[in-house]
Amino acid sequence: MTELLRSRTSLIWFLLVAATVFSWEVGHGVGLHDARHAGTAIIVIAFVKVRFVILDFMEIRHAPMPMRIVGEAWVLIVCTVLIGLFLTAHS
Amino acid sequence: MPGEEGVWVFIFGDMMVFSLFFITFLYYRGQNVELFVTSQTHLNQSFGALNTFFMLTSSWFVAMAVQAARRNLGKFTPILFSLAFGCGFGFAVVKVLEYSEKIRAGITLTTNDFFMYYYIFTGIHFMHVLIGMGVLAVLTRYSWSGEFSAVKIRNLESGASFWHVVDLLWIVLFALLYLIK
Repeated sequence: MTELLRSRTSLIWFLLVAATVFSWEVGHGVGLHDARHAGTAIIVIAFVKVRFVILDFMEIRHAPMPMRIVGEAWVLIVCTVLIGLFLTAHS
Repeated sequence: MPGEEGVWVFIFGDMMVFSLFFITFLYYRGQNVELFVTSQTHLNQSFGALNTFFMLTSSWFVAMAVQAARRNLGKFTPILFSLAFGCGFGFAVVKVLEYSEKIRAGITLTTNDFFMYYYIFTGIHFMHVLIGMGVLAVLTRYSWSGEFSAVKIRNLESGASFWHVVDLLWIVLFALLYLIK
């Protein structure tokens, strides 16, 4: 069990929780005062978290290459489209 | 490949549907940013953050449960699955509290566009959580013996992957509904 707790999975969980706290702070105006910068940062952080869930919790990191490409492409495309829509609304 | 191919096809379909939800939300938000930002101030952000913690932690337990099965760590697998179920239950309790708080304040599906999307998207996600809790309960029972064949591990991986999707969809919903201004 100690071996499991010390695994990469636990480190990823810790980073995901830390990233959530950081997003929360940014969402409450800490650091980035411009809503466009803060919103973009929040969306990017969310998709970095999603990427870790896909690669490490769902174990796509070691899955066949086509699956990994689909996973990575989904993250990249959806994240880019959402940032585009968000920034368009604020322009 | 972890788990069954059919489960991955379902997961991909689900992720595509939610991608459309995310895009729809930001598109209509763009039509009336002020209304969406003002409405967002009525959300209880602590509930949202607490539920994110529940989701991330349950996913961590599920990932460890699968790893424990591969290492043949006996009862650790069902224990970790039941801990994940506990986090799912925590999420459900918080969600019910959150919905009741809104309804008591007179905020419903028809209040405005923001709350219509809020109720529909979090509601569909909540259905996923409830189905996922059913899956976790089955996995706990299925792994109870603490003995794991290759087929059993494959089935555990399939159920686990579904739960991780429930987690990742919430991560995006939390950012879009609760955090961006």
